[in-house]
This record gives sequence, C-alpha cells and structure tokens, in this order.
Amino acid sequence: MTVVDSRPAAAPGPAATGPAPVTVTLKIRRFDPEFAAEARWESYQVPFDPSDRLLDAIMWVKWNVDGSLALRRSCAHGVCGSDAMRVNGVNRLACKVLVKDLGPEITIEPIKGLPVEKDLIVDMEPFFDAFRAVKPYLITDDHEPTRERLQSAEDRARFDDTTKCIMCAACTTSCPVFWNDGEYFGPQAIVAAHRFIFDSRDAGADERLEILNEREGVWRCRTTFNCTNACPRGIQVTKAIQEVKRALLFRRL
Amino acid sequence: MATAAAPSGRGAPELVAPELVAPRSPQRRTKPGAAKVRSNFELYAWVFMRISGLLLFFLVLGHLFIMNILDGGVQRVNFGFVAGRWASPFWRLWDLVMLLLAELHGTNGLRTVINDYAERAQTRFWLKMLLYTSAFLVVTLGTLVIFTFDPDL
Repeated sequence: MTVVDSRPAAAPGPAATGPAPVTVTLKIRRFDPEFAAEARWESYQVPFDPSDRLLDAIMWVKWNVDGSLALRRSCAHGVCGSDAMRVNGVNRLACKVLVKDLGPEITIEPIKGLPVEKDLIVDMEPFFDAFRAVKPYLITDDHEPTRERLQSAEDRARFDDTTKCIMCAACTTSCPVFWNDGEYFGPQAIVAAHRFIFDSRDAGADERLEILNEREGVWRCRTTFNCTNACPRGIQVTKAIQEVKRALLFRRL
Repeated sequence: MATAAAPSGRGAPELVAPELVAPRSPQRRTKPGAAKVRSNFELYAWVFMRISGLLLFFLVLGHLFIMNILDGGVQRVNFGFVAGRWASPFWRLWDLVMLLLAELHGTNGLRTVINDYAERAQTRFWLKMLLYTSAFLVVTLGTLVIFTFDPDL
C-alpha cells in the first residue's frame, strides 16, 4: 500500500509545454536558535514540473534562495527515512509525495513532538531511546546453530509487515499521545518490538511484552490510526499495536 | 508573503538553546526502560474499560428507556415510583452496578486524560486527587442510598 494525498491536484497541466512555469508556494517553518528564540514562517515561490517531488522543491529553495535552510535527506527515494516532515498537517516523506498533489500552498513543518534543533531538523534521541528500550535485536536461549536459523514461510509471514519499518519517525510523531506525553514509547518502538515478539526464532518475547506492559507502553494507545495513516511504508501500525495488546491480554503469541 | 521579523543581528550570538513551545519538546520524566514497578494495572484498566463500556451500553439504555419513555415517561417519576422500583432487589442491583461501573469508567477515562494532558507533576497529582475524592464521594453516597433507602420515610 502506498500513502496517497487525497487533495485534488492544483496544477494538472504539464508545465513543460507552457511558456510560464507553474509555481507553488512553500510555507516553511524556520527556526534557528542562534539568531531568534521564536520559530517563524517563510514563504517561497518555487517553479515545478508535474513529476517533481516535494523534496525537489525544497532542495530548489536551498540551492537557489536560502542555503541556510536545514533539513535531513539522504537517499531521496523513500528508503533511508531521513526526510520525514509535517506536510499540510500530516507526516510524509518529502521524497515520496509529488508537489502537484499538495495544493497551491504547501505548509511544511518539522515532525512534531521532538525538540527542534534547526528548521526541519529535530533531535531524534527520545525516539531512539524508546526504540532501544524494546530490545530490537534477536534474543535466543539455545545453542548457536552451525547453519542459518531456519523458519517456515508461514512463520516469516507472521511479522512480515513490521519488518518494513525504516525508522523515519513519521508514525511516532503523528501520535497525539506522544505529542503530549513524551514517556509513551510511541508506535515505532511497538512496531520494532512486534517484529521480534512474533518471530519464531526469537526467545525474548516475554521480556519485550513485559516492557510494553508498563504504564507508558501499549495501553496508552488510543487507536486514533494517525500512525497507520502516516507510515510511508504502508505498515498497518495500529494493527501491530493491537496484536501486541492481544498477546499481552491472552499471554499467547 | 513577506517574511516575519528578520533574525536579530549577527552581532551577539547567544548560543543558549531557548525553551521550546509545547508540544514540540516532549515532557520525558524518566528514561524508558529504567527500573519501574512491574504491574498489570494498565492492562486491567484497559480491559475494565472495554467490559464496563459494553455493560453500560445496555444498563444505561435500559435505564433511560424505563425512566423516560415507558408508561408516560419522566412525568410519572416521583418518590413513590422510586420506592416501588427499589422494592425489588433486581432494580437495586441494576442501579448499584450501573452506579459503580459508570463512576469507575468515567474516573478511569479522566485519569487517562489527566495523564495525557497535565504536564507538571504537581498538577497531575492534585487533579487526580480531586478526581479520586469526587469519585469516592459519589460512589459512597450512591451506594449508601441504594442500601439504606427507606420507603416509609
């Protein structure tokens, strides 16, 4: 499943044919603690082609208008998960949405709930803290096999969905519980735990379930589905959280 | 659109990170994974909300139907009507269960809201104390009336 923006296309015509380039307004929340304590909104007129992604438009601003615009990006193809941002109020990867699908004025903010360091760059440490807390690595209690740890296709399919996570933080920073209570593990950490809890080769399920049973664990989830809606990989995040709840409730995987 | 106030001069850079407006800086009180008391309280609270919600659906709708719609509705409700109903242990039990479930369901809901939105530890504590006190008063008073109701008053 691919996340799509349901807004009607603002400028459907091909830009290349007309003489005047089609432009879009990027309204970006800028923040530089070295020069001002307050964040401010700045708007930029950006020419674009129908095939341009939002990341192209932002990079155009950085290269042609204001080089001080700070953001994280790396692969630009939806794999590394660096460029998650809040686009028109919902979390998206800038490299996975097209400018033409986002309307004539696009509002761009850093992802919410994590301290902003500069412009679109946030401090990801609280997010990684929660990730580390669920022990996202293989835990075994038997002897190390001389060959691979084999697994049936059915056992593999059990947690296939949650292996797709790229840790962009779009889900965790779309969660209203996380916004208000930084203690909540957040959807991503639960997805990471889910990936190992339901892995037949892993023996640490009880440990992880116990961690997620804490006051700030899965029971804080209010099933608002913001996380599922935000995930650029189409992971059914809320479903994964519900499966963890069910595993805790019935003590059975 | 013109840009808002240009950044104040480069002359005296103050490198102190400013306070950031909520909710952009989360209130993390302890590190996740730090030693905590292990308990199933949140699990039980979650299950309680589901079960009590389901029961309340029937209890409250039944109550509203009897009190407001059946046989002339709310006009006939007076001391005698209540005394008549409470002569049967069934209706006393119905009202008692409804009172307890509704009050605890609401209290737990508000507890979650306070946990979500009250940021300062002190505020959380006092709001919750207020909540628990009011819940205790309502439950005690209601239970007392149901058990000690005297139709000959």
